[in-house]
Amino acid sequence: MSADAPLIHARGLVKTFGGLRAVDGIDFEVARGEAFGFLGPNGAGKSSTMRMIGCVSPPSAGTLRILGLDPVRDGPLIRARLGVVPQQDTLDTELTVRENVLIYGRYFGLSRGEVRERAERLLDFVQLGERANDKVEPLSGGMKRRLTIARSLVNDPELLLLDEPTTGLDPQARHALWDRLFRLKRQGVTLVLTTHYMDEAEQLCDRLVIMDRGRIAEEGSPAELIRRLSTREVVELRFAGDPPGVDAADFAGAVARVEVLPDRVLLYTDDGDAIVPVAHERLQPQSVLVRRSTLEDVFLRLTGRTLVD
Amino acid sequence: MTYALRAYEYWLFSYRRVWRGSVVTTALNPILYLSALGLGLGKLVNRGPGLGVPYLDYVAPGILASTAMLVGAFESAYPVMSAIRWTRQFHAMLAAPLRIRDVVLGHQLYAASRVGLAAGFYLVVIAAFGAVHSWLAVLAFPVAILLGLSFSAPVAAMAAWLERDEGFNALFRFGVTPMFLFSGTFFPVSRLPQGLRELAWATPTWHGVDLLRHLTLGTATLWPSLGHVAYLAAWVAAGLWLAQRTFTKRLVT
Repeated sequence: MSADAPLIHARGLVKTFGGLRAVDGIDFEVARGEAFGFLGPNGAGKSSTMRMIGCVSPPSAGTLRILGLDPVRDGPLIRARLGVVPQQDTLDTELTVRENVLIYGRYFGLSRGEVRERAERLLDFVQLGERANDKVEPLSGGMKRRLTIARSLVNDPELLLLDEPTTGLDPQARHALWDRLFRLKRQGVTLVLTTHYMDEAEQLCDRLVIMDRGRIAEEGSPAELIRRLSTREVVELRFAGDPPGVDAADFAGAVARVEVLPDRVLLYTDDGDAIVPVAHERLQPQSVLVRRSTLEDVFLRLTGRTLVD
Repeated sequence: MTYALRAYEYWLFSYRRVWRGSVVTTALNPILYLSALGLGLGKLVNRGPGLGVPYLDYVAPGILASTAMLVGAFESAYPVMSAIRWTRQFHAMLAAPLRIRDVVLGHQLYAASRVGLAAGFYLVVIAAFGAVHSWLAVLAFPVAILLGLSFSAPVAAMAAWLERDEGFNALFRFGVTPMFLFSGTFFPVSRLPQGLRELAWATPTWHGVDLLRHLTLGTATLWPSLGHVAYLAAWVAAGLWLAQRTFTKRLVT
């Protein structure tokens, strides 16, 4: 495989469970050294895609090549070069922090001496060096996640798969984890992650796809997607009672789109400050906030505000 | 096979946290059972029409067989379900280069080791009680392991297939316990009413008990012994085949 060949190559990739098409024909490529994200609401097909990349779920149709190899035929060969942080931890909580790394390293066929050395280094890397001899059971969620990341690095992987790495963690723990992932990225590890946190995707991903109902809705860098699919700024107007009816035409072309929510009105515009006086005069809101457009605006526009379960 | 050994190593690793209690139980049980049944109950039984041999000699291989069976079934029930659902260690192995067959085999190697440990202790204790009458008893060690596997392999398949651990209650209540009591372990199968007798003959336990008894008493003959071994091996093979299927269905979807 040449150095610039994609690390992951998928064409028309499909995963069905009975009658359900969890992944419904997606195309994507991930280049070496890139941080690539799958973004989407629950049930969008992110995890199914990750499990196919992790070679623990055979594709139902389409082409998938990982490191130039076929996941169905060469699963063990590919997995030897992958690091996996699954959505649900697979730690043996009765064993100690260090033992969990040791035993996992042995699954990869590393010698006892080698894996012992790597365990020390990796536990320091995720700031768990001092807890090495403690049982896993009482550790916080953030610590367990960091341990899972340390463990996933034991085979020095070329490609690290992270399925919702920070779901359920408090802000401190999330930032600590992002910091470690940044460092890995700088060391040249290719990251592929799924998330439904927009800030996480904006922080970590060079490029991402937004998935919805098994398909890829959009693809690009976070900045590109915001530019293409939203306006530069958003003006949020809050009202004491029900918000009044608002029409984009009221603003003579300065507002691209209006969204009326139960408690507020969102005006999508390229120049928020220019809109504010007009909005004040016409609508008399209780408060006004001008903010940058985020990936969340893009996401909600594409996948809707309706709850998906 | 090297991949399976990596999985086996996990099980040894996790056994380390319980080995002290486990070894004490393993060593104490045969002494308790043989004292109560062989020496205590045996005094009464030996006054009856008789089994041709002292009851201690008769029951000792029966207890050995039931131990192999119980250890085999136990080591595959909750440990397999746990490695799928609670410690999720099978998922961890499959994220590494291991395949389903390595995961199945590595665990069965461990089950075989646990049966071997228990059977080894039993044989030594049986010999110390004077209930071994032939060097053929050395073969009782591998046969006990085979008998254990004839339970551990199908039970592992079942553990991967079950949705909830309540299923194990049924397995032990209606499967393992009746086999423990009625498969020729404590009294000859010929005393059972017709119908039940044939049922007992179909259990791997009876084949194990009969073979082990002939080995410790020194009355084993070649062809019937090979028949027993083949029957037990068939259960192991069927169990492994089923486990490969249920593990795949549960873990690789």
